[in-house]
Amino acid sequence: MRGSFAKRTMAEPLSQVVASMPRGRFLALMALFLGPAVAIYTLFSIYPLIATMALSTYTTDSSGAYQFVGLVNFVTLLTDAVWSKPFWNAAWNNLVFFAVHMLVQNPIGIALAGLLSLPGLKLKSLYRTVIFLPTMLSVVIVGFSWNLILSPLWGVAEGALKAVGLGSWFAPWLGLPSTALVTLALISVWQFVGIPMMLIYAALLNIPDELIDAARVDGLGHFRIFWHIKLPLVLPTIGLVSILTFVGNFNAFDLIYTVKGALAGPNFASDILGTFFYRTFFGFQLQLGNPTMGAAVATVMFFIILAGVCLYLFIVQRRLRRYAF
Amino acid sequence: MNKGIAWMRGGVALAALLTGLAAAQAGSLKIESWRNDDADIWNSTIIPAFNKHYPDIKVEFAPSAPADYNAALNARLDGGTAGDLITCRPFDASLQLYQKHQLDGLNDLKGMDNFPDVAKAAWSTDDGKVTFCVPMASVIHGFFYNEDAFKKVGAKPPKTMAEFHEILDKLKKDGTYTPIDLGTADQWEAATMGFQNIGPDYWKGEQGRLALIAGKEKYSDPEYVAVFKELASWAPYMGSGFQAQKYPDSQNLFSLGKAAIYPAGSWDISTFRKDAQFPIGAFPPPLPAGDTECYISDHTDIGMGVNAASKNKEDAKKFLEWLATPEFAELYANALPGFFPLSKAPVTIKDPLAAEMVGWRKDCKSTIRNSYQILNRGTPNLENELWNVSAQVINGTLAPDAAGKQLQTDLDKWYKPAK
Repeated sequence: MRGSFAKRTMAEPLSQVVASMPRGRFLALMALFLGPAVAIYTLFSIYPLIATMALSTYTTDSSGAYQFVGLVNFVTLLTDAVWSKPFWNAAWNNLVFFAVHMLVQNPIGIALAGLLSLPGLKLKSLYRTVIFLPTMLSVVIVGFSWNLILSPLWGVAEGALKAVGLGSWFAPWLGLPSTALVTLALISVWQFVGIPMMLIYAALLNIPDELIDAARVDGLGHFRIFWHIKLPLVLPTIGLVSILTFVGNFNAFDLIYTVKGALAGPNFASDILGTFFYRTFFGFQLQLGNPTMGAAVATVMFFIILAGVCLYLFIVQRRLRRYAF
Repeated sequence: MNKGIAWMRGGVALAALLTGLAAAQAGSLKIESWRNDDADIWNSTIIPAFNKHYPDIKVEFAPSAPADYNAALNARLDGGTAGDLITCRPFDASLQLYQKHQLDGLNDLKGMDNFPDVAKAAWSTDDGKVTFCVPMASVIHGFFYNEDAFKKVGAKPPKTMAEFHEILDKLKKDGTYTPIDLGTADQWEAATMGFQNIGPDYWKGEQGRLALIAGKEKYSDPEYVAVFKELASWAPYMGSGFQAQKYPDSQNLFSLGKAAIYPAGSWDISTFRKDAQFPIGAFPPPLPAGDTECYISDHTDIGMGVNAASKNKEDAKKFLEWLATPEFAELYANALPGFFPLSKAPVTIKDPLAAEMVGWRKDCKSTIRNSYQILNRGTPNLENELWNVSAQVINGTLAPDAAGKQLQTDLDKWYKPAK
């Protein structure tokens, strides 16, 4: 509310100052404010992106000489079973990885944010810090710790299950083809659940107390207030969290690489696009790196993410109603 | 055209540059290596020994993590920030660097004739005309055993597979020790310490390896499937949850004296020398029923070459010439027991376990891992497949004959042996 007040009083004079500026000074001002960001963004994001796309249209021979081949790399990647099988396997696994995050991480994040925003909750900032803490840890440390926790040799997981009489439930989850990927996804969920929690918590704090008070006067309990009033009001933030999760998951690499290595076993059960790209571009053990094919994989990954983001921007976000307070 | 490539490669190299690696300077030498475990020994023993001959040459040993080495090295070579001396992986990884003119040919290096052809083969062109790395060491596969464990169940090192399985049964019945200390989580141990370790006895070493390259034998042939069958039979003797047991887990399990038999690579000697508190013995791969001749995997593993873009090639060559001397062979073999020199000069190895392993060379014929030469040049990559299927065979998710068939089918997709 203070924001809209500031806009009403400040906006007019400021725009007059800008409008009455000589054209040269105006452009210089623009360059001053936008220049650094544009320069850095161009050098470190746009240029490598375009360079990667260009590289994907070439191929190399054994002497390292490059030849232009157009879209051949993409045709090979998507139609030749030698390439397309591991590619689709990685893409599917990536989708599963994303689904686990959407079904587990984000609902838990929302629930935690809802609990944190309850009035009268004690030790609020302690909970908030503790839940957010793993997010700040290095993925290498997280991967290593969970490797030890779940280790069938020295891990505490088996002992903990035995202590509550569920010892027979224990399995070497990280080593079985049926469970490795989901286990890794859950480790990632454990680490990053703090991010949706924080974003949604911040959005919940923005909801004016008048709305909540009115609902309470009408006789609604905490749960129904959350379900019918707070949740609809934070939907745009949930949309944002979903798209961040999507981009993050389809760029994921580090956790899988740390825990399972670049070969992402067993039998490529935990192979996602990031590890598939790594093996293709840099090579692995005796597999030689193939930079041009790797660039093609990176380009396809970029388009998958672009498609997902566009889908969200044009279809989902337009339907979300925003509430102005 | 070339300019177009240059700016694209520039984009790729940008990432490498950003990691802030300083370019090598003249007057000093930087060594690229994946042996980060050995950094202490290089700094405290090997480099000082070199400096006794050449006090003015400053040598820096700059290792990367083994799994990242090839990728990191290639990025640094492309970006022009790699060190002067490059530690060479055997066969194609280094051959590619030579073909891209990133490694110099070393045919006229003084001391190259100290090495037999078989040692140079791992770092030579296919026609054998140019050698581009100085052979440094090979590694030998076999089995380590906890002598206390063998004493407890009254076992002696097995000569045949039948005896090997008798011991395994005894150890399992006794229950004090995990009979076979091997995990499949990292996959490579299943292929390297399993398949390539016991395999040479089945496929008759070099004879079988060359027959595979010539296309006369196939991975789906009975002798190769038999290796997978043997591996599959190990699972009941391995620790519970071995599917999630990683390489360091296996090393710790053996060091702590909780396991009896460790399928080993000789490079493990220094780890166990440091950590294990019990006597360790070694035996070569037991012979399959009916065989009398033994074969061991004596794999050319590590060499060193000159970065073609080095600004200090003169000193780099001096270092390599010193690497080719018997003095270095003796020093390296004893500083790093388990890495066996490849030079013709006789070397005395003081570590008894290492001496025992190198002694197998007298009775058994040496061979190298059969997936390393030539058979890795296509897609899908044979070595990756071998890791994958070996781990699956031990996990029990792939039948031995299906494993052989999968390897051969994948190889047939691109490999056409010369007729």
